[in-house]
Amino acid sequence: MKLRNLILLFTSLILLSSCRKDEVIYTSGNNQVTPPVDGKEYIGFYLLNEGNMGMNSATIDYFNYEDGTYTTDVFSERNPQITKELGDVGNDILIYGNKAYATINVSNFVEVFNVYTGKHIAQIHVPNCRYLIPHNGKVYVSSYSGPVEIDPNAEKGFVAEIDTLSLKINRTVTVGYQPEEMAVYNNKLYVANSGGYRVPNYDTTVSVIDLKSFTETKKIEVGINLHRIKVARNGDIYVSSRGDYTLADPNLYVIDPITDTVKRQLNLPISNMAIDDNKLYYYASSYKHNTGKDEISYGILNTDNYQIIADKIITDGTDKKILIPYGIAINPETKEIFITDAQDYVGSGYIYCFAPDGTYKWSTLAGNIPAHLAFVKNKIN
Amino acid sequence: MNNFYPFYLLFLFLFLGTQLRAQAINDTIALEEIVIAKEAFKDLIPVQTLSGTELERLNSYSVADALRYFAGVKIKDYGGMGGLKTVDVRNMGTHHVGVFYNGIQVGNAQNGVVDLGKFSLDNVEEVKLYNGQRSTILQSAKEFASASTVYIQTKKPVFKHGQDYNFSAKYKSSSIQLSNPSVKADYKVTDKVSSSISAEYIHSNGKYKFRQTRHNLDGSIAYDTIGYRQNSDIEAYRIENNWYGKDEKNSWQANLYYYQSNRGLPGAVIKKSDITLETENINERQQDKNVMLQTEWTRFASDHYQFLLKGKFAYDLTHYLSRKTVIFEGEEVTYNPQFDNTFYQQDWYISAAHLYKINPVWAFSLSTDLQYNKLNASRKGQGTPFTYPERYTFLTAAAVSANWGKIKAQGNVLGTFTHEKVRNNYKALDKSVFAPATFLSFKPWNNQDFIMHAFYKHIFRLPTFNDLYYTQLGTANLKPEVSRQINFGFNYSKNLTNKHFTGFHLCMETYYANITDKIIASPTSSMMRWMMSNLGKVENYGIETTLGTSLSLLSDVILNTDITYEYTVAKDLSQTPQGNPSYYGDQIPYAPWHSGSAIVNVNYKTWNLNYSFIYVGKRYNGNKNNIKRNEIQPWYTHDVSLQKEFVWNGHLIKVSAEANNLANQYYEVVTNFPMPGRNFRFTISFEL
Repeated sequence: MKLRNLILLFTSLILLSSCRKDEVIYTSGNNQVTPPVDGKEYIGFYLLNEGNMGMNSATIDYFNYEDGTYTTDVFSERNPQITKELGDVGNDILIYGNKAYATINVSNFVEVFNVYTGKHIAQIHVPNCRYLIPHNGKVYVSSYSGPVEIDPNAEKGFVAEIDTLSLKINRTVTVGYQPEEMAVYNNKLYVANSGGYRVPNYDTTVSVIDLKSFTETKKIEVGINLHRIKVARNGDIYVSSRGDYTLADPNLYVIDPITDTVKRQLNLPISNMAIDDNKLYYYASSYKHNTGKDEISYGILNTDNYQIIADKIITDGTDKKILIPYGIAINPETKEIFITDAQDYVGSGYIYCFAPDGTYKWSTLAGNIPAHLAFVKNKIN
Repeated sequence: MNNFYPFYLLFLFLFLGTQLRAQAINDTIALEEIVIAKEAFKDLIPVQTLSGTELERLNSYSVADALRYFAGVKIKDYGGMGGLKTVDVRNMGTHHVGVFYNGIQVGNAQNGVVDLGKFSLDNVEEVKLYNGQRSTILQSAKEFASASTVYIQTKKPVFKHGQDYNFSAKYKSSSIQLSNPSVKADYKVTDKVSSSISAEYIHSNGKYKFRQTRHNLDGSIAYDTIGYRQNSDIEAYRIENNWYGKDEKNSWQANLYYYQSNRGLPGAVIKKSDITLETENINERQQDKNVMLQTEWTRFASDHYQFLLKGKFAYDLTHYLSRKTVIFEGEEVTYNPQFDNTFYQQDWYISAAHLYKINPVWAFSLSTDLQYNKLNASRKGQGTPFTYPERYTFLTAAAVSANWGKIKAQGNVLGTFTHEKVRNNYKALDKSVFAPATFLSFKPWNNQDFIMHAFYKHIFRLPTFNDLYYTQLGTANLKPEVSRQINFGFNYSKNLTNKHFTGFHLCMETYYANITDKIIASPTSSMMRWMMSNLGKVENYGIETTLGTSLSLLSDVILNTDITYEYTVAKDLSQTPQGNPSYYGDQIPYAPWHSGSAIVNVNYKTWNLNYSFIYVGKRYNGNKNNIKRNEIQPWYTHDVSLQKEFVWNGHLIKVSAEANNLANQYYEVVTNFPMPGRNFRFTISFEL
């Protein structure tokens, strides 16, 4: 009698608590964030969420101007047959022609998918790949990987050239330590070397690669722990230095593309930037030992005269809601400003849209560490 | 060091004082008949215990496996033989669990993590879990210093009449390519002193199958991939020499412990490019060497006075290697950061505790501990100067207990004082922290074994060397992480005279606990830098129930059952310097709302059948937000083991066959760390 009660209790406990179901694919989440807008040159953007290391949670979201909806995790849903979805730690996304390219850093490949269908096209094996830049029918990808050295982290990274038709690697060239972003100007590829694995012996150089011979022709001495590199309208090349987190503060340098030398040090502690027209939008978040906080600031620089136009981007106070700005992009057509909020890098982040005058338009929850945007052009058939 | 000096003096005084007193008592009342006191407050703080044959019958390999059956315990299991297994009690975090091996804390000043997978059950007599602390006030100050405490006691030799040695040998093998021979020899040195040597060898390639399946919304299969756990091999040795002594007035033990392992570190199963899967050389390994020398001595000096001395030296070497490579364009290249680091830790510890019983009601105790930790390292190819931290910790606890028969009470205050030294970088500030705890129990009826109890405990954990010195961001003002726990509960047990239903016990605990100033390592925009802060906060409450019954079905068939069920809510109230994150108020990662376990044991003469079941409900993973993408499905395992004992030529032989995860559920305890499916284990043991 008592035993039966016991069994009853036991089974009811198990039934009460839910059982395991079949695992289903990750489905997208849809959110109408703004009224639909038609007839634009740019019809939307992809956003790459990096995802924390080991979590396999890199995801891609899509914003559609034509219906004003923001859709999270589109890649997993449109490619349900791919084992373990997009992969571990997305690092950059690029649209070139009808193809989108995304570096999946820890998974060691560049994912290529169709911009308009979101369907997987190819996986290009590039170990520890970082950033992407297109030029003349090719896509260049930087990588931390290098031949094994006796000492850990003494290996120099490389840049690989991907042919966008065959989606194969044409050529590779060895650059500096742990190369990051790249810029192309005048048939030269500028690579910002960080040396991020080599604390405190950071790299300080920008490698100049001649794209014809694909050889390193020069190393420009710039500053400690380089990261971002962008070309301005007038050809100036802007390079950011992360500093060393102790004595050297982050900084922003300008390289003259004719002489390939540093011509200016702007003393702006920037973390990230986006250039549109003659405006360089930036934010800076630098850790301050005295307050134990990341100090966050925003601004706009005129790239024609190196003058700061504004010491804020967001004009209506919404910036107070952003815990850690992590990605920044300007829609070249509407001039809308997009800023992502990585929160504490652990939870889900947000994407914010601001009007060109810096007032809040919309925001919504994105994936884990939303970071990189790529605008989608209306398809010309 | 100046601040520290007075404490050191005080310590010396207390320590020497013990010895002098001991001498005096020895001389005067040595011949008096003294009854060795049992644990006076046996039922003041409820304890969960697994011991002896019960432990042997469970499908458990390591101490971590056994702890899964306790209410309130969650094991973080990274899978496989070599995978890390840590214990978390009441969602307060693994740092708040003190693990004591033969009465002395197993420490890790470097990262505070004790891998319970390293402790095989081969030489273990008993595993106990106390919420709060052990129910005795005669204990070292360290034993007052954790929110929950796990005690592992090795097997003490028991000799048959007229025999002064024992010898036993055991061999375990499993379908996950395990080979695990062990031997144990006991020797009775005198009537009062015995010694044992136990040695064990473990080898496993750790390779097991797992399956990753996802279905489309229409139920068709999206993908279905079978993988094999890579780099999960282990080779380990353990040798242990233990001494036990006991007479009318003294009880002591001494342990010499050596453990060495070489293991692969199975990483997260993430997506990798096809060429990576084909050509990668994971080459991420850990080698350990642990030496531990420890001793404790309790002397029942008089009816009124007892003391306890403990001492320990431990040396731990950990070599961590990560040099992952893969083929790219026909050439072998590296990927991920490369490491080749060796860490050397020293842990010196002494403790003296005194208990004075004024009368049958009141007793007081005072314990003082002194500990010294040092961390050295050699790191290949790393340019930053290593900190070489050293820490002096002085702990002192004053406790009082009262026993009015129906009501028992205990209270204590623990003071902790630390001083650190560094060779490079800045050093952490000296700390002095006080923390109280109080316990109460009430037994309303003399003829019923029904006891109500309550406790409040405020305690903290110190930042580890890694918290303080691994990064340089935000650590200067890192404070201890504080836990507060309030507990109400009762236990009731009854032996019945019914022919079939011979007894039961029921225990129910409810608690509220919070963690404030939780130490959090947050990633920063640079992947090589982490920021340390005290901004974490967790608030949790829950209910734990345990029900055990004994049935005598037929004259020779005994059936025992133990069931636990637990419900917890654990809210993450962490903040960031800029404000509340998007997951504010969500259930913390890996904390299920529902969980439970069941053990059913049937014994018939020399046969024994054991069935065990573990259930862990829906949880969310380390991405923190309670959204669909981060959800982890419940998992539950059914394990069965069958044992048979027989005598062959006068020797006892035990044979056991175990089947684990019978339903072959492919589950994960930690996201992307798959656990083994159905597997089998066989054990044969022989006693001389």
